[in-house]
Amino acid sequence: MAADYVLLLLGMGFVTYIPRLFPILFLSQRELPQWLVEWLDYIPAAILSALIFPAIVTSGEPRTFDITRPEVLVAIPTFIVAFKTKSLAGTVISGMFLYWLVERFFF
Amino acid sequence: MKWTTAIKEGIVAAWPICLGYLAIGLAFGVIAQKAGLHPLEIGLMSLMVYAGSSQFIAISMLAGGSAILPIIVTTFMVNLRHFLMSSSLSMYLKSVHGGWLALYAYGVTDESFALNLTRFRNDNWDWRRALVLNHTTNLAWIVSTIAGGFGGQFIPRGAFGIDYALIAMFICLFVFQLRDSIYIVVAIIAGGLAVGLSLLIPGNSYIIISSVIAATTGVLFKKAQLSLRVEEKD
Repeated sequence: MAADYVLLLLGMGFVTYIPRLFPILFLSQRELPQWLVEWLDYIPAAILSALIFPAIVTSGEPRTFDITRPEVLVAIPTFIVAFKTKSLAGTVISGMFLYWLVERFFF
Repeated sequence: MKWTTAIKEGIVAAWPICLGYLAIGLAFGVIAQKAGLHPLEIGLMSLMVYAGSSQFIAISMLAGGSAILPIIVTTFMVNLRHFLMSSSLSMYLKSVHGGWLALYAYGVTDESFALNLTRFRNDNWDWRRALVLNHTTNLAWIVSTIAGGFGGQFIPRGAFGIDYALIAMFICLFVFQLRDSIYIVVAIIAGGLAVGLSLLIPGNSYIIISSVIAATTGVLFKKAQLSLRVEEKD
């Protein structure tokens, strides 16, 4: 294995680990002000939304808006299953099945 | 005793992520192997970096003949979003020993963050189970990327809709987050901004920007709502 490659991995590993480590190490040991607790409480809903919607309705590089993708078609019933059942297993399984179905027969 | 149940429940809870990582890991292994990496080199990257999207980017930059430093800088920017996730997780990791926290932090990904955070909130979940979940998914990632490097091209693509496992998981965990109107407002702002920004700017900085703006709006919105209620009482 080339020394260059190991050096690359060390660098990549370091810059990936630091943002993962610092907040956990420092914020968990402190009493945080109320506004920050509240702000952090909104972060999961915000991040999940910011991760999901572009992944569903955009594609390609550079990205373009496209709601005719199978991802969009499958997302609608998957959302409904998640809302109705509140079951993680049920949502994942039915999402996979619907995607398989749509990919196989419609696209 | 604490650990035996934690190990059992952590591993069981990890299955949706493992399924998703299997699909993405195999694909990554195939691409990395085509770019000239040995399966062991692939496994070492998955172990030392453990961040899917930046690993894909690194491979394409390596294949394009990039120098080391630009790849490291790009990796940093792509993975900076974990800063927000770790901040949010830290609320549930109080009074955990520093060494365990260091081990925990290594396993913070989009997927483990989403799953653990939901469990911390709703279920009988603790840092031991969460830590086991992190490392179970890490192992799944490492093994699938190596397997992809050895012969992932023989596995049919898109079998059983496995490519949709993570999106479906995220959709469900997202729905769990919408506990009252203010979270829905935050989610709409974040999602709308993210779609708009993702079309305008390359890279994935849209995730951090839209999340920060949406969460801040949520805090301000709540404050305005409270002061409005106080005024009504007066």
